[in-house]
Amino acid sequence: MASSTEVVAQHSLQHHFKDMEQQRESSNLGMWLFLVTEIMFFGGLFTAYLIYRLLHPGAFEFGSEHMEFWLGTINTVILLCSSLTVALSVHAAQLGHTKVTAILLIITVLMGFGFLGIKAVEYHNHWVEGSFPGPFWHMDTSTLRGDDVNAAQLFFFIYFVMTGLHALHVIIGMVLLSFIAFFAWRGRYTREYHNPVHVSGLYWHFVDLVWIFLYPLLYLIAHKHA
Amino acid sequence: MKEHIIPRKTYFIVWAALMSLMVLTAVLSRVNLGDWSTVIALGIAAIKALLVLLFFMHLRYEDYKLTAVVLFAGIFWMSILFVLSLTDYLTRGVTGTPGH
Repeated sequence: MASSTEVVAQHSLQHHFKDMEQQRESSNLGMWLFLVTEIMFFGGLFTAYLIYRLLHPGAFEFGSEHMEFWLGTINTVILLCSSLTVALSVHAAQLGHTKVTAILLIITVLMGFGFLGIKAVEYHNHWVEGSFPGPFWHMDTSTLRGDDVNAAQLFFFIYFVMTGLHALHVIIGMVLLSFIAFFAWRGRYTREYHNPVHVSGLYWHFVDLVWIFLYPLLYLIAHKHA
Repeated sequence: MKEHIIPRKTYFIVWAALMSLMVLTAVLSRVNLGDWSTVIALGIAAIKALLVLLFFMHLRYEDYKLTAVVLFAGIFWMSILFVLSLTDYLTRGVTGTPGH
């Protein structure tokens, strides 16, 4: 007679896989492939940043001086901590402690709300300050010369697109982790089968990775911070 | 190839390292290092990214080598994007344009 773990394992093994290991490796590889497409997706934006910063270093320094250094730093702390809670939730899932997994994921989602809240405050401040590019732009660019006056708008354009797209990924991650937390609480995952927890965790870590590069590139260019 | 379970302690050590590097990069940003400031900031970011990839994302313990190949291919293609774009922008006006 098969042991109870074998029964559970057989139940969560899809018919087109040879065994649990192959199933786990396949879902893992699939997620990595998706993340690589995400790297290319953000790569285009990083290229735009690279080129315009090379062409207009003064305008980028001007823009960075108007970043909220402390809010950006606090958000970095939040994301690094949320990556830890996700890593620990996957660890708990590996041990079969699915209630712990669910709680850690909910904590992660709450940190996601904190991140977005701070981001919203930043966007609001930028809007009030007049650093939203286009017709609403009314920054004092009298310290800039020539092309840099317009390039300052380009910096903020790149800032809003990159952080906006990143924030969208945070939202998607929060929705994803909420579902996983719900299923984990309901006991869908076991010591043998927890691929969804693992691959969703990979997605959240990727969101953290993007921010690890955005933080110095956007917030830390200028030397004099308010 | 059984799933490798990383000790919980490792996660906390990696997290502490990430937080320390974040403090370091934030403090260094307030020091004028001239042209080196961006290089150092990106170097620290790369170390942080490596820590997340190796430990939080389990790459160090991954038995399935194809995963590393896929990631390497992605980073390699992104480097092509960066390098070939730069060969254009950094050499403008250097080589002259035929017909102008």
